[in-house]
Amino acid sequence: MAAITMRLPVPRRAVGPSAPRGGEKHLVAPGDTITTDTGYMRGHGTYVEEEKLIASVAGAVERVNKLVCVKALKTRYNGEVGDIVVGRITEVQQKRWKVETNSRLDSVLLLSSMNLPGGELRRRSAEDELAMRDYLQEGDLISAEVQSVFSDGAASLHTRSLKYGKLGQGVLVQVSPSLVKRQKTHFHDLPCGASVILGNNGFIWIYPTAEQKDEEAGGFTTNLEPVPLSDREVISRLRNCIVALVTQQLMLFDTSILYCYEASLPHQIKDILKPEVMEEIVLETRQRLLDLEG
Amino acid sequence: QMRGSRSKALAERALVNCRYSLAAFSTGERRRRPPHGDRQCAELALHLQQSFEAAILTHLYPRSQIDIYVQILQADGGNYCAGVNAATLAVMDAGIPMRDYVCASTAGLAEETPLADLSAPEEAAGGPRLVLALLPATGQIALLQLSARLHQERLEAALEAAGQACRALHAVLDRGVRERLREVT
Repeated sequence: MAAITMRLPVPRRAVGPSAPRGGEKHLVAPGDTITTDTGYMRGHGTYVEEEKLIASVAGAVERVNKLVCVKALKTRYNGEVGDIVVGRITEVQQKRWKVETNSRLDSVLLLSSMNLPGGELRRRSAEDELAMRDYLQEGDLISAEVQSVFSDGAASLHTRSLKYGKLGQGVLVQVSPSLVKRQKTHFHDLPCGASVILGNNGFIWIYPTAEQKDEEAGGFTTNLEPVPLSDREVISRLRNCIVALVTQQLMLFDTSILYCYEASLPHQIKDILKPEVMEEIVLETRQRLLDLEG
Repeated sequence: QMRGSRSKALAERALVNCRYSLAAFSTGERRRRPPHGDRQCAELALHLQQSFEAAILTHLYPRSQIDIYVQILQADGGNYCAGVNAATLAVMDAGIPMRDYVCASTAGLAEETPLADLSAPEEAAGGPRLVLALLPATGQIALLQLSARLHQERLEAALEAAGQACRALHAVLDRGVRERLREVT
């Protein structure tokens, strides 16, 4: 058994922004006046008092034509239609499941938005209601898409496609929602041997790539075969890489995760969590990403 | 999200739930305190709730609950004030919209001289003690509490001292927040 390493806490040095941002960002804190010009419309993160536009969160001001809003560093996930999310079931209610998605209110998964096993299309009956717990229990993880958003901010989810559904064996990493980049697809099969789902709400799911791609059950039956050691190592390494990227505030998307994985190959999996190794890997990743952009 | 009893959920705004506790090793002699039964802790939790309901823009979060749990690790006078200042930074870090910072400070009088930020022996001496929670940008008062009797003429001086201390605190908190913002963006 390897010995435990202990170290004293030391102030963190943040890896400074390598590329100079275009123009100084206007940073504000709550209570700061952004502008006294009444021509602007107010967006998120601001409020109006006595004809002055005042910031209500700490962050950077974003101005789009006449709309002024303040983007905070860390916020809860705000559901938008069409986003992929990964969530955990917290409650089983009468005709719906409540899903926790790192947002202000629990998201809702209606029974009618869920695919029946076997792919049948019929009206959900009372027996389906009673059998809800057989499909999804409290504590299960699912991947779903946001169908609509209620007026108070709760998102309504649906799993109406074969690629969504209950998640089987794998590793969940919880990060801040602002670090997940918006892309065309969020399901990635990485060439290193694992697959990853980047949820827009900041929940990232890493799992071993399934050999056969056809699943007629619609994602209900979980594959409980033991995962081989090589796959487990790949998944652990990916998870540590994602944690390293998050501590240095780098955006997460498939290319950045892949580069980070390749940069970390010379190190042992448990060494990636050490601060110096983390900095080194992330610097290298950042360099390669900049080279990619040209 | 609403945890606990659903029936207490307010339809148009968020509920601010505060819990205040002192660690056993916080004062001079180690004292084992009852977990939630302490009346002083309950009163200070209520004060915290009132101050933050005034500062947080709760109408943006209907039917939800915002929990603020404060635990004092070292108590040397001004416990409530330290709690308020720390909670302000915590709420700001969480990205919850607030009207302004909430800065709090105690003030008292010692033989005609106004003192700001009383320490534990000064508080225990029995003189009048004023606790002020201020929103510095507009000068609005979120909470004002006075214990022991104070002559009306002396109130102005004590209030002024507390206000000055709060504004100085606001400068320090602000500097820290901006440094952190600059570091991260």
